[in-house]
Amino acid sequence: MNDKLYRTILFIAALTIPIVCGGVVYALITDAYDAFEHFGFFRFLTSSEWSYTEGAEQYGALPFITGTLLTTLLALLFCIPFSLPVAFFVGEYFKGSRVASILSTVTDLLAGIPSIIYGLWGFYTLRPIIIALNISPQGSGILTASLVLAIMIVPYAASLSAEFIKMVPNDLKESAYSLGATRAEVVRKVIFPVAGSGIFSSYILAIGRALGETMTVTMLIGNTNNIPTSITSTGNSMASIIANQFGEADGLRLSSLIAIGLILFLITAVINMIGKMMIKRARIT
Amino acid sequence: MESVKPILEFKKTCVSYTKQTMAVKYVSAAIERNTITAIMGPSGCGKSTLLRAVNLMHSLYPNIRVDGEILLNGENILSMEPIDVRRRVGMVFQRPTPFPTMSIYDNVLSGFALNGIHLSKSKKDEIVESNLKNVALWNEVKDVLNKKGTFLSGGQQQRLCIARALAMNPDIMLMDEPTSALDPIATKHIEELLLELQKKVTILVVTHNMGQAKRISSRSMFMYLGELIEYGDTETMFSNPEHERTKAYLIGKIG
Amino acid sequence: MANQKIKHRLAKDKLMLWTICIFATLTAVPLFAILGEVLLRGYDQLSWSFFTEPTPTAYKAMKAIEAGERIPGGIANGIVGTMIILSMAVVVAVPVGILCGTFLAENSKRRFAKVISYLTDLVQGIPSVIIGIITYIWVVVPMKGYSAIAGSVALCIMMLPLIIRSTEETLKILPASLKEAGLALGGNKARVMLKIQLPAAFGGIFTGVLLAISRVIGETAPLMFTALGCSFIRWSINKPISAVPLLIWEFFNDPHLQELIWGASLFLLIFVLTLNLSAKYLAKKWNQ
Repeated sequence: MNDKLYRTILFIAALTIPIVCGGVVYALITDAYDAFEHFGFFRFLTSSEWSYTEGAEQYGALPFITGTLLTTLLALLFCIPFSLPVAFFVGEYFKGSRVASILSTVTDLLAGIPSIIYGLWGFYTLRPIIIALNISPQGSGILTASLVLAIMIVPYAASLSAEFIKMVPNDLKESAYSLGATRAEVVRKVIFPVAGSGIFSSYILAIGRALGETMTVTMLIGNTNNIPTSITSTGNSMASIIANQFGEADGLRLSSLIAIGLILFLITAVINMIGKMMIKRARIT
Repeated sequence: MESVKPILEFKKTCVSYTKQTMAVKYVSAAIERNTITAIMGPSGCGKSTLLRAVNLMHSLYPNIRVDGEILLNGENILSMEPIDVRRRVGMVFQRPTPFPTMSIYDNVLSGFALNGIHLSKSKKDEIVESNLKNVALWNEVKDVLNKKGTFLSGGQQQRLCIARALAMNPDIMLMDEPTSALDPIATKHIEELLLELQKKVTILVVTHNMGQAKRISSRSMFMYLGELIEYGDTETMFSNPEHERTKAYLIGKIG
Repeated sequence: MANQKIKHRLAKDKLMLWTICIFATLTAVPLFAILGEVLLRGYDQLSWSFFTEPTPTAYKAMKAIEAGERIPGGIANGIVGTMIILSMAVVVAVPVGILCGTFLAENSKRRFAKVISYLTDLVQGIPSVIIGIITYIWVVVPMKGYSAIAGSVALCIMMLPLIIRSTEETLKILPASLKEAGLALGGNKARVMLKIQLPAAFGGIFTGVLLAISRVIGETAPLMFTALGCSFIRWSINKPISAVPLLIWEFFNDPHLQELIWGASLFLLIFVLTLNLSAKYLAKKWNQ
């Protein structure tokens, strides 16, 4: 095994990634082209029609874009009051202790549960509760999907935030304590500002994760193609409409679904890139 | 007296990390066979840099430039393939690094594995035994050759690393502060070992321990800020140094 | 006066501590709730026949329900399908991923490697349903049909970034002295990597592979338009094939097969959690 062969093999292996990326972008763009051409790019983005009557097919992405954004935002809102405490528990208050490592493990296991099982739990356990509490008659909808989605993204936000909280230098904290601050004050005035951008970026990444979640949302969001009007209405997300209809779609409908896929891909890619850039910057400082 | 060709010769050797700063400036010196030569000087004087140039370690880092010549048995190593040079020059580092995934037996032979050289079992056994004996480790490990080397003490690990380098039969052994990570007793053992080894191989040792230099080396180099200030017999240099700087270092004024 | 202020601050401090503890503990609840539920609903379905028989037809299931009996059949077709798809994905993703990760670790300063690193992150973030679409376009359409091969391509793409990252990171953490000692003995870069660095990095790489497997084994969306599903045990790789998550989805959508959901989910959940815990345990052990 000489060095030249070694370098070539490594190089070829490295090429798989750009090939996959190129394949993704190329396929999405070429197959979405029909829909964009037929409906016009902006009209497609802002139309909320979705009918497949022959000869008068009308497709638009607006309901699904709204569905995705709504569920993601709500999930973020619901997850913050839980992931922040976990992050501070593990990264500061009980840092290094047995209890913290147990909580860490539990949170990581939450991340490992397959999304279809989250969907099942949401459907068979959460939904009846929501119906029983009279929040909504059919139980599925934006709210239900967001709740379960929130649980799913807690591990991502919590473990990454905890990492940044742990990185706050001890001397900084000790100086604050030596001036007479309470722990809560050190958290608010020292840890939060210093770890702040890192914590923020971990939520950006959690958003990226929530945007693309498919199975859970498909099973809980109610599968109707309208723009949601309240948090209890049903709807569809970009991922769930694809999951529901891709199997039997063809022609213009297929192209429209792929166009939606392209939009989803772009939004997720941008959010993830922003998140990763912020993390890199937060790690260096 | 006829001059025996020096085994290693520095000719106006320069090493620079950036265009402006030179870490080693125009060092010229000839190292004699079967001696222990110590390279001393305060931190940052360039002694490790000079040492690492001899086995072309700098080729790993693209921004480091070496100018001038370094002749090994008359050949300029700076124009040779690094792999060729490294087979003829052995190196022992400051911290002992037995390869953690290999047994003691395989560690001694790792040079051969890395160079793609295949040996018969009997030849392998012979090399392992003779080199471990050369470093006075054989009796201590002969029954546990199949265990990984990480359970050995620091001094034993360092001796293993020396055996590993010796197994390749190098012309010259480079040692970069080989005992600074070891306790005094292990240090003493290694120093005794080096004194024995010099009969078989030439040794170039970088050390910041003046006592060590005095104890083991017959020739010494003193470097300061990248320049070779003085080079001569250890005895003479310690008792009657020529240069002011050398004197200042030896009595503790600098470094 | 000052005393009052201090008491106030101390009270706030205590409140913060309690809030954090309570909410942190609450986050553990869903794990046990989900585990508990799946366990309770599914444990009595697990039986030898459950794992060895394929799924029943809707008709058979309906008849059994009418007769008040347990639904016959099981998830054997899903288990076989998952094993086949997974092994094919692993066989490609592991070597390619390790080699690519090695490339990134060895060339971390070069611009090309930085681009590859950036793109790896990109691939990691692609939603699983999009990967399903892409594999449909690039594999199912040219092959004119769904297949296990298509399914494994989709899973392979999902596993790659994880394996690449864990290889790269483990290699970067190794002390430089290891590589230098190997090079000083005259080894070339290839041999030092193969015989010294990669063996030393084995722990981290293996953990990364385990985690990648546990991540993709439960994925449904990428298999929906690639492997499609199949109601009997199938061993060929160029035709539609079943998988455990696909079966769960089928059971969910079929009013007659609802009972089977929980046994299958329990099986999947136990598998995934075991992989996860083993990976964690091994990571800790190897880090000593």
